[in-house]
Amino acid sequence: MRRISYAQAICEAHRQLLETDRRVFLIGQGLWSPWYAGTSLKDLDKEFSRDRVLDTPISENAVTGAAIGASMCGMRPIVFHPRMDFMLLAMDPIINQAANWSYLFRGQVSVPVVIRAAINRGGEQGAQHSQALHAFFMHVPGLKVVMPSTPYDAKGLLVAAVRDENPVIYIDDRWLYDLEGEVPEEMYEVPLGQGVLRRTGQEVTVVAWSYAAYLAEAACNQLAQQGIEVELIDLRSLKPWDEELVANSVRKTGRLVIVDGGWRTCGAAAEIAAEMSEVVFHWLKAPIVRVTLPDLPAPSSRTLEQAYYLTAQKIVQAVERVLYDADRFATTETESAVCESGEIVPDAQRGVGSGLLRGDEQRRLDRSKAA
Amino acid sequence: MQTGLRKSQGCPDEEKTALLIHMYRTMRRIRRFEEVVADLVAAGEAKCPCHLYIGQEAIAVGVCAALKPEDTIWGNHRSHGHYLAKGGDMQAMMAEILGRQTGCAGGRGGSMHLVAKQAGILGTVPIVAGTIPLAVGAALAYKLQGKRQVAVAFLGDGATEEGHFFESVNLAALYRLPLILVIENNLYASHLHLSQRRPLDNLDQIGALFGIPGVRVDGNDVVTVYRTAVEAVDRARTGQGASLLECRTYRWRGHVGHRWDEDVGVKRRDELQEWLQRCPIERLRRSLLLELGISEELLNALDEEVEKEVESALHFARQSPFPAPETVGEYVYS
Repeated sequence: MRRISYAQAICEAHRQLLETDRRVFLIGQGLWSPWYAGTSLKDLDKEFSRDRVLDTPISENAVTGAAIGASMCGMRPIVFHPRMDFMLLAMDPIINQAANWSYLFRGQVSVPVVIRAAINRGGEQGAQHSQALHAFFMHVPGLKVVMPSTPYDAKGLLVAAVRDENPVIYIDDRWLYDLEGEVPEEMYEVPLGQGVLRRTGQEVTVVAWSYAAYLAEAACNQLAQQGIEVELIDLRSLKPWDEELVANSVRKTGRLVIVDGGWRTCGAAAEIAAEMSEVVFHWLKAPIVRVTLPDLPAPSSRTLEQAYYLTAQKIVQAVERVLYDADRFATTETESAVCESGEIVPDAQRGVGSGLLRGDEQRRLDRSKAA
Repeated sequence: MQTGLRKSQGCPDEEKTALLIHMYRTMRRIRRFEEVVADLVAAGEAKCPCHLYIGQEAIAVGVCAALKPEDTIWGNHRSHGHYLAKGGDMQAMMAEILGRQTGCAGGRGGSMHLVAKQAGILGTVPIVAGTIPLAVGAALAYKLQGKRQVAVAFLGDGATEEGHFFESVNLAALYRLPLILVIENNLYASHLHLSQRRPLDNLDQIGALFGIPGVRVDGNDVVTVYRTAVEAVDRARTGQGASLLECRTYRWRGHVGHRWDEDVGVKRRDELQEWLQRCPIERLRRSLLLELGISEELLNALDEEVEKEVESALHFARQSPFPAPETVGEYVYS
């Protein structure tokens, strides 16, 4: 099959949507400039006129609100925010208006808008040119959130998002723009809310999305060389997310590592971990582990950036930890369980004893208790 | 301050009596509806926050009389008047305020979230200035669709202090959108007087910086509001772009709730007494009686009809069931 880049796949989805649906128009900042959008919107203004591809004043709030208003009046707008950080200036229209509208008005007026945001980070850009804020939007009822990691998904999710009746936050990552992959020439949809199994394995489930899924793939290759078979799930959609796919995998492997290119506290990984601890607790052989950004603003200097961002190596270490170090979880640096007095509580007192070797035994015990 | 009244007294003959009667009746409907809502709030029967429009009726009625059903209006927290003036169903609004399943939003919205899709009301919200960008978007949609429809944003003087407003005005001017910004300047944003929020009293000029013409009118004179709106609508429909109307008026009741507006941290009893003398409904009534020779009997009969309509709406709402608890999760997505 033909191979094109992630950015080209996004561009092709836009082009085909503009060609086939008169209701579609693009609006936002940087739409006429490769500086802002890379090749992801290349020449669309020339092909479809600047009436349908509007490069706007620097007014995130009104531009996003206008797209939302237009979507209520029969249009299918795609708003583009070339940096997610600046999209914070549009939180009122996105959250107060778009997300609430269907519910508030009993489904009589829908908001079929796509709000596309690019995560654009690295290169010493610092705290306000780096943020991955997907968890904010995942938190809000009424929004859908997608984060493709491959060219195929980048195209198919955009098509599905535009055809959906609801506001969809479509988040792409500049670090993926040059990544190439197989992409069909025709239009197709990747269903919202459906994750995908990237590789199968028996020992540990790794869940990731967006650029983190790309890193996780690299980590899995490395682990495979050590003989560790990881089951890798790319969620693709964060809201709704494919709980069944993850739960079924964890029931098989008993171990879960979640890799999130966003912050730790109240992050997407935290939500997935919480949900899975409710649903598949008795199948777990080790605590669920999150690999996330630390709770810090993005730094600028390269040495600090290296310490801050995810790497394949950090994922490898996390997988090794759930496989081999489960017994020591309570006292490891990142997972310390600190009681209110500030003392670290030993495993035994916390009732955490079900490590790698004792996990199956413990699970049988739990099940017999339940029965 | 009474220039508007003088204008309406000099109301030219070509103004159709039927339109004036319609506007009188609509203002009465809004007034009486809200007086009943005020009682319901006082009695604790209406629990959702109700921001009453009493005293400002001429603005919604004058503007909406210049619109077609397919034009959209975008309201705010104080939109009972907008809703009725544009053709929303009174029973459905009363039921919404009382939290009933038959409410226009099925009890999911309350007083601040009104909808009447067929009448061109796609939703009102209380985030100050929140619907201004949406109205810009509606106008943009009409332009892209090649439709000759108009979007109207109703906003209070306080909403002009939001960033939403300036970003929206710029977009509307830049794209020459069929948008009308109707500033209902009732001199107060919640409890703060205009002079405590703005160094200059010049809201009519606020669009001029962007090339949007603005005009200040007596917002308690429905005929003047109507005539000005007709001009703005004409500009919008003929592709000449956006207009701004500053309608000077006064809020009789509190920022929220049933009480007379003497209880929001300002002492303004004297000011209110002055404005009560400028009641927009009484002014039109006098004109109808004295200048057009409409009989008092006819107007009294209209008032009586309105009284019955409001009673009937209240009866309908009270008879309606509350939404079933198990439906709480419905409609998050369309």
